[in-house]
Amino acid sequence: MSRAASCRARRRNSVRSPWLEVRGELPPWAYKGLVALGFASLFFGWWWLSGQSWINPVFVPTPAKVWHTAQEFLHDENLWLDIKSSVARVTAGFLLSAAVALPVGIFMGAFKVCEGLLQPLTEYVRYIPVPALIPLLMLFFGIGEAAKIMLIFVGVFFQLVLMIADEIRRVPHELVQVSQTLGARRGEVVRLVLFRAALPGIFDALRLCNGWAWTYLVVAELIAANEGMGYRILKFSRFLQTPKIFVYLILLGVIGLALDFAFRKFNRRVFHWADATKR
Amino acid sequence: MKLEVRQLEKVYRGRKGDVPALCPLSFSVGSGEFVSLVGPSGCGKSTTLYLIAGLEQPSAGEILLDDETVGGPGHDRGMVCQSYNLFPWLTVLENARFSFDLEDNRDYSRTEGEVMTRVGRVYSLLDLMGLQNFYQAYPRELSGGMKQRVAIARALANQPKVLLMDEPFGALDAQTREEMQDLLLLLSRHEKTTILFVTHDVEEAVYLSTRILVFSSRPGRLLEDIPIPFGADRSLEIKLSPEFLRLKRRLLDLLHHEQATNSNRDALLRKLVQ
Repeated sequence: MSRAASCRARRRNSVRSPWLEVRGELPPWAYKGLVALGFASLFFGWWWLSGQSWINPVFVPTPAKVWHTAQEFLHDENLWLDIKSSVARVTAGFLLSAAVALPVGIFMGAFKVCEGLLQPLTEYVRYIPVPALIPLLMLFFGIGEAAKIMLIFVGVFFQLVLMIADEIRRVPHELVQVSQTLGARRGEVVRLVLFRAALPGIFDALRLCNGWAWTYLVVAELIAANEGMGYRILKFSRFLQTPKIFVYLILLGVIGLALDFAFRKFNRRVFHWADATKR
Repeated sequence: MKLEVRQLEKVYRGRKGDVPALCPLSFSVGSGEFVSLVGPSGCGKSTTLYLIAGLEQPSAGEILLDDETVGGPGHDRGMVCQSYNLFPWLTVLENARFSFDLEDNRDYSRTEGEVMTRVGRVYSLLDLMGLQNFYQAYPRELSGGMKQRVAIARALANQPKVLLMDEPFGALDAQTREEMQDLLLLLSRHEKTTILFVTHDVEEAVYLSTRILVFSSRPGRLLEDIPIPFGADRSLEIKLSPEFLRLKRRLLDLLHHEQATNSNRDALLRKLVQ
């Protein structure tokens, strides 16, 4: 064996570092440290960039400036109004699409007839870019709340319904068979086996689609609104108020992250029976 | 209870033509029998079980359970498979009593007293299987042997006319396997359940069965129907008796004869060595 080869062999047999192990595990402190490192580097990158002389401070405000603006915002009732109306729109659009997608998705996943009837149709609609539907939605629903909620609904529904149908199809067929040999009828198989088994996956789909809801919220508010976070950002941009834009962007990220965190916590608590990968 | 299989045929339709899985197959099973189906891999013994369960439809022939044609799956034919298929979102106890909440089974336990007896039975079954400390455990917390015990308890709790078992102990280690075999013997005697048991393990088949059906290689047909003369009380000792060894030998010979031998094998082996 050549020296290089024996060297390689020795390296392969030595205790491996967990850091770059394929699908390896890290101790929690290391993982949390990496999370902090990621956010810190984004922050320091921004801080460094804003201090450069070749950067126009109007476009990239310093962190200190943004912090001061944020403090001023605490007394600004528009901020709370914006958050309130945006959250209300997202919640309405999201709940509406979830309420419709849940039964439709379950039927699509459980019965081939429903799949044939609806799946290709849904796939087709899904590929129409949602913003392209805005003019039509405005014709149908005007420029009020209904149009915004419908935009979120359209944006979320067609994604969600396919994800739910997939989760139902992913339930092992053996579970269905075993329930049938115990006497389960058609409705019971859907209700007591397919739905229950797919529930953790369905909640994960809801978590992902909540992100889509926020995307389409901002799109909707950029078009026509009198308040809301997307609307306000557009307005700030007209007056070159970049520090305010930054505050709103940070807030949007924080709200999204908090919702995601809440969904995950809920899943882990309620679906403790599932494999870690499915929660 | 009487199960009759008449001229049963199964053909799988594929793109490259039809693949017959079962030649016309006929046999019948009486009350309280423990019948093992053995045969080479792919001989259609599992298919037969799924057909009886009603989870697959026969291409020809029919299956009669107490003179009624089997059309689809039902609560009178319980099933236990190699992969335990417990409902992971239910506890051990909830899994075992899953069938009670189904409409089909409410009919024959209407009064509260009847329901209580059935629930009592579930507790006794679980206790008998040594699961008394695991009522509230979830399947992912259990070992393979324990999961399979829950699966058996779940099927028996429903009091099926016939229990279909498809290599139920195939995934278990040797020691757990022996434990489970004795447990199954105990249960089948106690519950007087009729059992159809598919296995690869000839020794297991002889040890457990009152009768063994030997299948030919695909398409499966019945080669022999061998009665096992040991009585109800069986212990590990009979595995060493000359009669046991003789039966085992006979079955192994039958199966070896059926296993497709590759005449070319020696030439291929020589190639492999080079």
